[in-house]
Amino acid sequence: MILASLLMALRELRRNTLRSLLTMLGIVIGVGAVIALTNIGEGATARVKSDIGKLGDNLLIVRPGAQRRSISFTQAPPFKLVDVEAITREVSGVSAVAPTVGSTQLAVWGNQNRQTTIMGSDNAYLDVRGYALSQGRKFASSELSSGSAACLLGATVQREMFGERDALGQSLRVGKISCIVVGVLTAKGESGMGQDQDDMILMPLRTVQRRVLGSSDVSTIFLSARADRSTQSVQQQTESLLRQRRGLLPGQESDFTVRDMQEIAETMSQATGTLTALLGAIAAVSLLVGGIGIMNIMLVNVTERTREIGVRLAIGALASDVLVQFLLEAVVLSALGGVLGIGLGLGLSWSVTRALDVPFLVQPPILVLAFGFSALVGVLFGFLPARKAASLNPIEALRHE
Amino acid sequence: MTDAVVEFQELSKIYGSGDAEVRALDGVSLRIERGEFVAIMGASGSGKSTAMNVIGCLDVPTGGDYLFCGVSVGGLDADQRARLRRHYIGFVFQGFNLLAKTSALDNVELPLVYRRVPKQERKERAKVALESVGLGARTKHTPSELSGGQQQRVAIARALVTEPSLLLADEPTGNLDSTTKGEIMQLLLQLNRERGITIAMVTHEPDMAEYAQRIISFRDGRIQLPEAAQ
Repeated sequence: MILASLLMALRELRRNTLRSLLTMLGIVIGVGAVIALTNIGEGATARVKSDIGKLGDNLLIVRPGAQRRSISFTQAPPFKLVDVEAITREVSGVSAVAPTVGSTQLAVWGNQNRQTTIMGSDNAYLDVRGYALSQGRKFASSELSSGSAACLLGATVQREMFGERDALGQSLRVGKISCIVVGVLTAKGESGMGQDQDDMILMPLRTVQRRVLGSSDVSTIFLSARADRSTQSVQQQTESLLRQRRGLLPGQESDFTVRDMQEIAETMSQATGTLTALLGAIAAVSLLVGGIGIMNIMLVNVTERTREIGVRLAIGALASDVLVQFLLEAVVLSALGGVLGIGLGLGLSWSVTRALDVPFLVQPPILVLAFGFSALVGVLFGFLPARKAASLNPIEALRHE
Repeated sequence: MTDAVVEFQELSKIYGSGDAEVRALDGVSLRIERGEFVAIMGASGSGKSTAMNVIGCLDVPTGGDYLFCGVSVGGLDADQRARLRRHYIGFVFQGFNLLAKTSALDNVELPLVYRRVPKQERKERAKVALESVGLGARTKHTPSELSGGQQQRVAIARALVTEPSLLLADEPTGNLDSTTKGEIMQLLLQLNRERGITIAMVTHEPDMAEYAQRIISFRDGRIQLPEAAQ
């Protein structure tokens, strides 16, 4: 009987194809928008996660300044090289420690000049951040200890300033000093926050401290935990060691932070996830509007087909038969709209993710949910018209013009 | 028990109350025996339509009782009456009332759909019914492709397909031209004579009423006695 009613409903809808399609359109757009937005959002989240992952595995970032605003970055005492040495010595499970200082300077070579980030660190920085050499060599230990003017170029700096020419061995003026290019790094691309990680010049820590900044402070320490150790244990050890070295009492707030990249990744993907959910919810409102469209057309249908309903009741249809028939028509409309909407959403998100170079992730639960929800919309908004049809008096319905 | 298909016992149908009270049927008693062909006549407002609705179990009396094949209809609810119609009454309307853009065969099998008859059997019985009204070759045609007379034949086939105890025709020739009227009346007569189908036909045309064995005339909610009608 359900199958027969289903076929009957399909036949009714085919009788007025254009109207049926237009009625469905609301649901199609609603479901399409929900699917497209959640798919694109999910793709973006995955992209952010993988980008942050690219910053380096098991990476911890130690910075002066509290997480809360009460102690600002500038008020907090900076780290010194001795802190870094202490971490290397006392924290177990660390594979590399890279103290860094940074400054923005103008780099000049020939008639080329470029405002770029000057990083002062050592070879460990390459390991913790996951940079590799494309040309040349790392810093020699003598260069590091003497603070000589050698530098490694980020891929962007090499491309923008040297182009096709060979940068190795060239002398570059950076701020007030000139330095020799000893190596070029491979490109790492944009970070999760959208910064170009290749727009930088790396120099020995001491060189930048003494000859560029004129200070022995260390601003940020990068740590990488050994693959077989949990970053959490390294994080805790580092934190307690630094608290002790900075003379903080128990209960006193730390004036530095040790952050895990994993943590940052979570925060970032949570943010995009929230945004996705919000957009999806807004799109879901259009499903509601689509449902109202269906109700409207079904009410018109019931009025138009009053005589037909009268005939059906006269020749033996029960009120429940009529109810089921009209309810099914509404559900078929909305469910069909849901299927078309899923198609539209997938098509749309596929092309958008292609255009944005974001992974295209299909989430079957969302598809099932969207389909189920659209069918539910049909039931909810189809019920009132169907009940109206079923409650018609056959005598009056037959007399209806 | 007697073999009456329709039996009104002092039946009344009163609409409204107090000053607005309308006695559409006022203590009417009548019987239609199995195998009879009865014409129901009367001016508009005479109560014939109300009588027709009660006979067809579309409406219930407010007083007296209506026995359909010996079953009291007065106490049945809407669904029970729908089941009664589904199994025992076939309707033919003035305006044909076929489903548009739906083939003759699909129209005819509709009552069987509501009786949950399996598809194969439904198609066969609908075909047989269409053949019996002389439309065996028109099963695939939709109403718009058929003449008025042919549409009414489809409607009659739809009423016959359930093999009802009573065929109720409400002005079956009202929308037809004179030649076609005769054809439809001949068909009803033939069904009544050859297959013994009980027919109650409402009409306002005396020519059409002549085809019936008996004429029941309504006036002011009561049956007009034959001598008074003359």
